Amino acid sequence: MRQARRAIPLKIDTGAALPPPQREAVREALDAHRGAPGALLPVLHAVQARLGCVPDAAIGVIADDLNLSRADVHGVVSFYHFFRSAPAGRRIVYICRAEACQALGARALEAHAKATLGIGFHETTADGAITLEPVYCLGNCGCGPSVLVGADELHARVTPATFDILVAKARAGT
Amino acid sequence: MTTTVYVPRDATALALGAEAVAQAIAGEARRRGIEVRLVRNGSRGAFFVEPLVEVAAPGGRIAYGPVAAADVVSLFDAGFLDGGAHALKLGRADEITFLERQERLTFARVGIVDPLSVEDYRAHGGFRGLERALAMAPADIVKEVTDSGLRGRGGAAFPAGIKWKTVLDASTAEPGKPQFAQSTQKYIVCNADEGDSGTYSDRMLMEGDPLCLVEGMIIAGLAVGATQGYIYLRCEYPHAHRALLAAIANAYAAGWLGADIAGSGRRFDLEVRLGAGAYICGEETSLLESLEGKRGQIRFKPPLPAIKGLFGKPTVVNNVITLASVPIVLERGAEFYRNYGSGRSRGTLPLQLAGNLKRTGLVEKAFGVTLRELLYDYGGGSYSGRPIRAVQVGGPLGAYLSESQLDTVVDYEAFAAIGAMLGHGGIVAFDDSVDMLEQARYAMEFCAVESCGKCTPCRIGSTRGVEVIERIRAGIDRERNLELIDDLCDTMRHGSLCALGGLTPDPVLSAIKHFPEDFAPRTAA
Repeated sequence: MRQARRAIPLKIDTGAALPPPQREAVREALDAHRGAPGALLPVLHAVQARLGCVPDAAIGVIADDLNLSRADVHGVVSFYHFFRSAPAGRRIVYICRAEACQALGARALEAHAKATLGIGFHETTADGAITLEPVYCLGNCGCGPSVLVGADELHARVTPATFDILVAKARAGT
Repeated sequence: MTTTVYVPRDATALALGAEAVAQAIAGEARRRGIEVRLVRNGSRGAFFVEPLVEVAAPGGRIAYGPVAAADVVSLFDAGFLDGGAHALKLGRADEITFLERQERLTFARVGIVDPLSVEDYRAHGGFRGLERALAMAPADIVKEVTDSGLRGRGGAAFPAGIKWKTVLDASTAEPGKPQFAQSTQKYIVCNADEGDSGTYSDRMLMEGDPLCLVEGMIIAGLAVGATQGYIYLRCEYPHAHRALLAAIANAYAAGWLGADIAGSGRRFDLEVRLGAGAYICGEETSLLESLEGKRGQIRFKPPLPAIKGLFGKPTVVNNVITLASVPIVLERGAEFYRNYGSGRSRGTLPLQLAGNLKRTGLVEKAFGVTLRELLYDYGGGSYSGRPIRAVQVGGPLGAYLSESQLDTVVDYEAFAAIGAMLGHGGIVAFDDSVDMLEQARYAMEFCAVESCGKCTPCRIGSTRGVEVIERIRAGIDRERNLELIDDLCDTMRHGSLCALGGLTPDPVLSAIKHFPEDFAPRTAA
């Protein structure tokens, strides 16, 4: 008797592992960008804009929808510095580490930030308020050291003293 | 009578407090019952007077700066809307010394126009180059760009016209694909992944005159037969992103983009795509991979992107400034543009003064100006008041130059002759507090952080480089380790596909060569 060929069942990841609101956000991101050529980065940006990160449980959903492998999607999320797999603190503080800012004291600022916040780069303060990230140039090279708070709050000529004020404001959510 | 007041929305101006100034002016005008039309322009590029507030007066725009929100009431008291005297008054904006001696071709409108207004753009000469191009044959547009001598401003300085000609002549046919699946698509891709430290001209142009970039891309599309353009913008530039989106929407609404450009029946569509914080995506093949939705890893060349680029189709990849220089070439003619410059470097270069300088900002000059003029005449020496010790030109992969090299003229060949590169025109000055060993170490560390991982000498060599420099710092086997770093740099230079691994040795070796004292044995302090 001919043995039946073993078929690997096709299992589409519908995002069952994601909480419903997150599942909805991923679905909306896919609906908005699915048709665009090279849609993956726009989809990931849209997901992160809504959820603050690209959760691991969303990878399969995105991969199946865009007809990519999970490895492809995971590879992209992990390649780019901007994408994160876990949520950051309430505010992300980016300190520019690049040469133009170094020429104006960014190294001392970086050391001050790490010491006063008690964390290193890519870490979040214990109260969950601040995540500290390095950034390699914010295009404010004429007036460094530069710091970016949140999505678009750019600060010029930041000293350790003004950094403390920025952080206090970011903590207070203003 | 309504007075027009200009307050920049440029990212650097905002970082220096321009938003609060704009709000204070609007609020104070309301309180006093004065009608003011607030225009949020780009920055003229003299950062030492930002936030720069300008008032439209019959004889020209009168500038005040640097204005803080707290100065606004006193400005109103001084009658600044009529050009009244005030401690912050600088006179006519275009007569500010830093700006007056520049030769602004690409940046002619930046800081002057309302960046988002198609009408204002038209009123300042916008779209004239495109109108001329619409009446020309594609090969003639390409010839005009070739004859202008315009070379890629992203750093590699490849002649733009030759790249365009390659794309114009490239076949879109894909052998092996059935006829129905063939597409004749070609692409224009704008590299707006301006990741080099010390550079911000792309950002300033996109925030201050985004329609100029749009116009340049449409002309490129007409020249090579491409109907789709992408601007690949780094996500670290949220302000430029907003400006581009708004300007593109306005250009569509006014009929300059889309299926029927200005009633010509020709098509060009334009979309902005965001990067995600990878320096390597400024390299053109990585950028194309990223646009296709993949990891930004380098591709082998050949095939050149001009032959097989985005989605395997012939693609022009040009930097923002290259594309934004095209409208004036078409408007005024190749001859006009090539009359600026020196040697084989034709036209102008928007240079960016950055780091430890008193007067930082954008200086657009014809090729031929010296570094010393830029640092001292324009830059005014160091910000800290200490002597300038080292200068890095061309971003994190550019060589460090010492005082004795400052008479080098800004010219691609002159820089190559001293083992340096002009790159994207960023000039970062350091005073004498700089530790060049630390700068060399950082160059290796940066390469390790940003390497795409494709080539082993770059991926592994950069980390080994950090370790070797740390051993030199610790005084361990100093001579042997200096020899080792030389050897490692040789491997990286010759064993890497792209400029990241290939040029990281430049800042490292130039630091060792020109500043050997910083690599000398250290006595415990």
